[in-house]
Amino acid sequence: MSIILVQVIVGGLLLGAIYALFSSGLTLVWGMMNIVNFAHGDFVMLGMYVAFVVWTLLGAGPLLGVPLAALVLATLGVVVYFGLIRDIMKGPMLAQILGTFGLALLLRYSVFWWFGANFLTLPENIVGGTFEILGLRLQASRLLAGGVALLVTLGLHVLLTRTSLGSKMLAVAEDSTAAQLMGIRPDTMQAIAWAIAAGATGVAGALIATFFYIVPTVGETLAIVAFVTVSLGGFGSVPGALVAGLLIGVIESLSAYLIGAVYKDIVVYSLFLSFLWFRPQGLMGKM
Amino acid sequence: MRRFLWPSVVLALVVAYPLLFSTPFQQRLGALVLLYAIAASAWNIVGGYAGQVSVGHVVFFGCGAYAAMGAYAHFGLSPLVGIPAGIFVSVAISAVIGVPTLRLSGHYFSMATIAVAELVRLIVTNTDYLGAAVGLSGPIVPRNVFDLSFISALPYYYLFLTILSLTLGITWWMANSRMGFYLRAIRDSERAARSLGAPASRTKLYAFMLSAGLTSVAGALYAMMFGFVDPESGLGILISVKILIMAALGGAGLLFGPLVGAAILVPLEEISNNLLGGKGAGLTFVVYGAIIVLIARFQPGGILPLLKRLWVTGGKAAEAAAAGGATRAP
Repeated sequence: MSIILVQVIVGGLLLGAIYALFSSGLTLVWGMMNIVNFAHGDFVMLGMYVAFVVWTLLGAGPLLGVPLAALVLATLGVVVYFGLIRDIMKGPMLAQILGTFGLALLLRYSVFWWFGANFLTLPENIVGGTFEILGLRLQASRLLAGGVALLVTLGLHVLLTRTSLGSKMLAVAEDSTAAQLMGIRPDTMQAIAWAIAAGATGVAGALIATFFYIVPTVGETLAIVAFVTVSLGGFGSVPGALVAGLLIGVIESLSAYLIGAVYKDIVVYSLFLSFLWFRPQGLMGKM
Repeated sequence: MRRFLWPSVVLALVVAYPLLFSTPFQQRLGALVLLYAIAASAWNIVGGYAGQVSVGHVVFFGCGAYAAMGAYAHFGLSPLVGIPAGIFVSVAISAVIGVPTLRLSGHYFSMATIAVAELVRLIVTNTDYLGAAVGLSGPIVPRNVFDLSFISALPYYYLFLTILSLTLGITWWMANSRMGFYLRAIRDSERAARSLGAPASRTKLYAFMLSAGLTSVAGALYAMMFGFVDPESGLGILISVKILIMAALGGAGLLFGPLVGAAILVPLEEISNNLLGGKGAGLTFVVYGAIIVLIARFQPGGILPLLKRLWVTGGKAAEAAAAGGATRAP
């Protein structure tokens, strides 16, 4: 295998780790409340803009940008839960889809209106430069982003499976009435789930911002990536999202390298549709 | 006779609108309201009556638009010739994607339709025959009346009004036929409908195909009025979103819901674009988003049921609200 191919695959894995991170947020909310957040991609976009604002106002890099983005987005998640989700969850399907769709438009075009449609970027050397390991040329920013994303995703998995908070959340997901009888407040747990899910997208956004262009409409593509990842990994499964995210990252990078950059989205979307059509339970089943 | 009084007043106002409000801006606005009302009414068949929230209807809209412009650009024919071709292609596509996609329920169906729409947009953007990223243009100067290329919006207004009446007629007929009853049963509970012997898959597919064909007519009319189509204006996901929002704002699953929605949102968009210029484009969608969130949160059935409720409860307040609704309707 040529060194370039290895390079492409490693690049795909690093990107895939970020996909896995923001998709775990989507899958968590989905698995718990059976609601799809169509504004999910726009949450990631907001994380990117938070990182940009932190850099322009404070001159600080991802060290401050990432935690701040997590904080801002987690707050937004809680606000969205209490202001919108809690009520539309009980409503008809159309209201659920419209509610988060409207939210997506609201967020996307508020940013568009405020920052304009221009492509923004953080300075290229905000995290180190490029270096070589074993003949592979790696950008420090991508390595950092991929590594942090992987750690946070694993942390999320540990939180859900090994802590009492995680057990409570799973209990609510399983049967919220029964959970309530056990003294767990479904409302609080669901709000926490939204905070975690949105916080994770904030981290992912701030990380992507270190090497990706920042534009208000970026959320549209990212939302579809998250849908693909979640449908591939199984709706509601964080480990599934991790495996699927890495896989999508590699597939995307390989198809961009082998058949051309314009076709990478076509490949990913086709994959998504074939999974929805032929194996809607995903690769690894439900949590 | 009170029952027929207000509907006939509204109808007369709709017919006389471009004569009463005769500036080019007002006439164009009226035509656009009707055009979007056609698309939203077509969406309403599958999204409202059948309860399958498609976000991919722009595919059919684009089919119509590209067929109309393609007929001219490639064969030098009138864009009118493209309409049946567009309907044919749309119905074929809807059947092909409908069979696997309609098996998915709720959110899954919506996500799959988004992916289909984006996929089609990407493919068309990379297809030279369809003009790639530049798109296709219609006749620059109309050769004869069959090119349907007019400078004034007046002929478009009455053309669109005719097509809208046809669309609403078809919808009404469908809603009151056996199919309409099946669809409403499926929307309320697909499992229950199936267990009572309603052919759910087939009925949903027919609704999807009918809706696709009518949406493609709206796309063709749009392309004729604007004289061109490109991937953004013909296949952009925002068009799907606009269509479904109009239907849902007015009242999904109600005959006149989409028209009411279009009559509110199109002027909002046009006027805010006019007032705010280029910077308004973002703000318009901010307002759009806010309206949808509020509707989903507080009035998930749409505006029309609210108006009806006010109407039935009677009283002066209701009279005023209904009169407000009536003047807005054209």
